[in-house]
Amino acid sequence: MGNTMNINLKVWRQQNENAQGHFEEHKVQASPDMSFLEMFDVLNEQLIEDGKDPIAFDHDCREGICGMCSMVINGRPHGPKGGVTTCQLHMRSFKDGDTVVVEPWRANAFPVIKDLSVNRSAFDRIISSGGYVSVNTGNAVDANSVLIPKDVADTAFQAATCIGCGACVSACKNASAMLFVGAKVTQLSMLPQGQPERESRVVAMVDQMDAEGFGACTNTGACAAECPKEIPLSVIANLNREYYKAKLNGK
Amino acid sequence: MGVLSFVFSSSLGRKLVMAVTGISLIAFLLVHCAINATVFFNDGGETFNIAAEFMGHNWLIRTAEIGLFAGLLWHIIQGIWLTLDNQKRRKSKYGANPGSANSKWYSRSMGLLGSIILIFLVMHLKHFWVVSRFGMPHELGHLEYASGEHLENLYVEMVNVFQNPVAVIVYVLGCIGLGYHLLHGFSSAFQTLGINHKSYTPMIQSVGVAFSIIVPLIFAIIPVAFHLGLIK
Repeated sequence: MGNTMNINLKVWRQQNENAQGHFEEHKVQASPDMSFLEMFDVLNEQLIEDGKDPIAFDHDCREGICGMCSMVINGRPHGPKGGVTTCQLHMRSFKDGDTVVVEPWRANAFPVIKDLSVNRSAFDRIISSGGYVSVNTGNAVDANSVLIPKDVADTAFQAATCIGCGACVSACKNASAMLFVGAKVTQLSMLPQGQPERESRVVAMVDQMDAEGFGACTNTGACAAECPKEIPLSVIANLNREYYKAKLNGK
Repeated sequence: MGVLSFVFSSSLGRKLVMAVTGISLIAFLLVHCAINATVFFNDGGETFNIAAEFMGHNWLIRTAEIGLFAGLLWHIIQGIWLTLDNQKRRKSKYGANPGSANSKWYSRSMGLLGSIILIFLVMHLKHFWVVSRFGMPHELGHLEYASGEHLENLYVEMVNVFQNPVAVIVYVLGCIGLGYHLLHGFSSAFQTLGINHKSYTPMIQSVGVAFSIIVPLIFAIIPVAFHLGLIK
């Protein structure tokens, strides 16, 4: 461990969805080897010992696959490093004495539950509106009986790596969810298993996305630049294509 | 309207309108720029006046002009509507917002750039379009060329308008606004149309950058050159 770092935190505190939030300053001593979330654990221990209210934040697997951790760090979702989630961000990415601003995802569609924790069930409702495939009952079909070209499988898999964390929404100036919806639609529309619902799916998911209050896409590319899974902007072009095709077919 | 109502109601449909009208306007810019560039022939505006005469009186072009204005209005109205709508999607603003970390400033400022173009456009239409469609003012009148053709002298109107340094500055600023608007808008329109492919996209982006620099530059040089008396 050896050297410790002094970090000045400006953290967003908000009691609940309707309360007025504010920034609160804290000093933390952290090891450069700690993850950003572990630094928050240290801070929360401190707050609890002092009899104060610990800071609420989301986390689960802490290995970058569950999509629970969030936090906008110095204005960037999941912090300054590309291709990582907040739990994979280490304190060595910061300098001793740095002031770090930590905020929740901000979007009307993601109301704050408390402090840095936001309600992302809008994504769940988008998924349940169309992000599924129909499967026959009975014995499982042999996987190799359905042939899928390698490049198609690769593109679908790349889209499928979306963990639904919502960084795209938080990075977008319009709080648009199109990278998320694009990833899900691309994944399912490219594979044979997703064909029966292909057109109804994209229309239902876009309708639900609009109903949840996400904005429209301005193609700034901020979402793809901040995505911890590096989902490319091309999934949004694909979403557009799928949607227009479905609309042309009268869906 | 039925199934097509999505172009007003859905986020994707409304973006489609921006892309389709945007690409039409890009096509218009190309024609407009090519015709304007004929003033560089330095032939006292003869070629330019012949081209302007054709554009002003050919029935096909005049019909297309109605479409152009309709498209322009739709682009402006839907653009303003979308921008205002999008701005409402985040009530609580970020404390720290290093926008340049993940996107270009002009891609986030299309509404502002569009407004600059609109201000320029009002002035521009008053200077030339109103004049050429609803009659030449004062002494300009008509002009007889060696070919024996009798033409409206829109060229002299350019000479007159660009004597005014304020007009030249507004035109140059308008062209800079247009350049940045196109720098994002050109490739963005194709992305919205769903055209994003590893072989096509780099080409579209290169053409977009070249178009966004060359076309506004030609437009901007014209008023400056007239003002400095370089075009005769």
